[in-house]
Amino acid sequence: MSLVIENLSFHYGGREVLHEISFAAEVGELLAILGPNGVGKTTLFKCVMGLERPCAGRILADGTDLSALSPRARAHRVALIPQVHPLSFRYSVFDMVLMGTSHQLSSFAVPGERERAAARAALERVNVAHLSERPFDRLSGGEQQLVFVARALAQQARILLMDEPTASLDYGNRLRVLGAARDLARDGYTVLLSTHDPQHALWFADRALALHQGRILALGAPREVVTADLLCRLYGRKIALVDTPQGPVVVPEEAG
Amino acid sequence: MPSEKKTRRALLWLGFVLLILFLLSFSLGRYGVPPRQVVKILGTRFCELFAGRGALPRSWTKEMETVVINIRLPRIVMACLVGCALSAAGTAFQGVFHNPMASPDILGASSGAAFGAALAILLGASTRMITLSAFGFGLLTVGLVMLVAHRAPGARLINLILAGIILSSLFNAGTSYIKLVADPSNQLPQITYWLMGSLSGTRLPDVPLAFLPMGLGLVPLFLLRWQLNLLSLGENEAKALGVNTSRVRLVLLLSATLITAASVSFSGMIGWVGLVVPHLCRKLLGSDHRYLMPGSFLCGAAFLLLVDNVSRNLLAVEIPIGILTALIGAPFFLYLITRKEEKL
Repeated sequence: MSLVIENLSFHYGGREVLHEISFAAEVGELLAILGPNGVGKTTLFKCVMGLERPCAGRILADGTDLSALSPRARAHRVALIPQVHPLSFRYSVFDMVLMGTSHQLSSFAVPGERERAAARAALERVNVAHLSERPFDRLSGGEQQLVFVARALAQQARILLMDEPTASLDYGNRLRVLGAARDLARDGYTVLLSTHDPQHALWFADRALALHQGRILALGAPREVVTADLLCRLYGRKIALVDTPQGPVVVPEEAG
Repeated sequence: MPSEKKTRRALLWLGFVLLILFLLSFSLGRYGVPPRQVVKILGTRFCELFAGRGALPRSWTKEMETVVINIRLPRIVMACLVGCALSAAGTAFQGVFHNPMASPDILGASSGAAFGAALAILLGASTRMITLSAFGFGLLTVGLVMLVAHRAPGARLINLILAGIILSSLFNAGTSYIKLVADPSNQLPQITYWLMGSLSGTRLPDVPLAFLPMGLGLVPLFLLRWQLNLLSLGENEAKALGVNTSRVRLVLLLSATLITAASVSFSGMIGWVGLVVPHLCRKLLGSDHRYLMPGSFLCGAAFLLLVDNVSRNLLAVEIPIGILTALIGAPFFLYLITRKEEKL
């Protein structure tokens, strides 16, 4: 399922956060979204999820305008993989994933065997089935993030939004989560992933999109987008790119 | 984590405990009725109601039947209903506000009901009118809270809590003023006693009257128990998972308010049940509302029935149940929170 954003604008209390953003994410691609803090990455995701109402513009999933849909119909198409965050109550990993199936149930129903099967399959797919019975809050950050991925898969939506999924993870878990995101794109999901690390875009993304002051600064193949010049404009630091046999590596000036 | 099978078994046990406690409660009291007679009297009454004739020859005295059916039955059923309602409301509020410290009076239902009752007593109204006035003011207060929260900008949940605090204190001030001007020889003690909470005034005709609002509130709470899981993750996440959060939350809050107001108007202010019982149930059954909600129904009913039995049997003079729930609830809660163990 493709995701098309057309002339999306968003104001927050008089401040323009997004200004006539237009781009399309295709089926089977991992699109990395880069940009400094407060540039509107999260706002963009919130607009797609219907958590914020854009001031202008359209958001289309395979031609259907998402803003016209109920939360239930939207959840059928788009799944959000949030950052790891603390919860007030303790749920098992299995129940967490099972919650992803809720939009397929009537409001008064509880999940049945069909939903359980979907949850089990999703857990298998991200290789965290062995965690099923564990309390979710006792998992490591990386495991929690993977469980959120499993929940999005149980949701059976074809567009996945990952809002800085690696923000609070250690190095190994970052690679694990990003690898999982890339695998999902290979399997035909449309994955949008925001990240603070331009290197992630170079390593894992099919395309990269750079947001700056509410506008798209660059969009294209990661190697074309992530340049020394662009990184300098985005983050206000002097950053070099060093070519290696495995591709370019981001080296900040501070590294010496 | 307890497996689902274990949780289901624990739920069954809770039901069993409640049933035994329910039957035993008829035998407790100054006029002793043996448990076997209780079962026979209740069974016969049940058969008369549904089959039109008694199942057993009468082996009990007229007094026994009067005590069981007219005096103890209404009170026992009301204790179960009120306990069930308060703890279910507590569970619902805690889930909706994703805050384990929320209790049924968070939106001001109890303060409003207390004001309504005090006002009715001041005006010399009948018992039935006092109940109705309490119920009406309880609903009115929550209605106002929701209206204020709806009009205020910013985060809806925080606004609800703030509006609840503000209107509660307004109505509490009103209640205090009524106490000040009430006749100290009869009205003031009546108000004070009402505020302490008691089930001693329950009469047989009250029971079907209480069933209506309780049922109207408890059924949606039970049906929406899975949605409550999702809501407890937070507004945005629930919405992203396809929940129509504002609608589901409204239904849950209205249902919880309805049963809280009904409880308070029939039994006065009974604190602690709505806070302690959901926590106890989380310890027993886990946080999954699919089991937690029915568990709160059963556990709340059993808890209040137990406390009411103590209230009417411990001393020659009845102790208001509101005092006892705090007396038993507070130390128990202290134990729960100081025990070094897993989080709730």
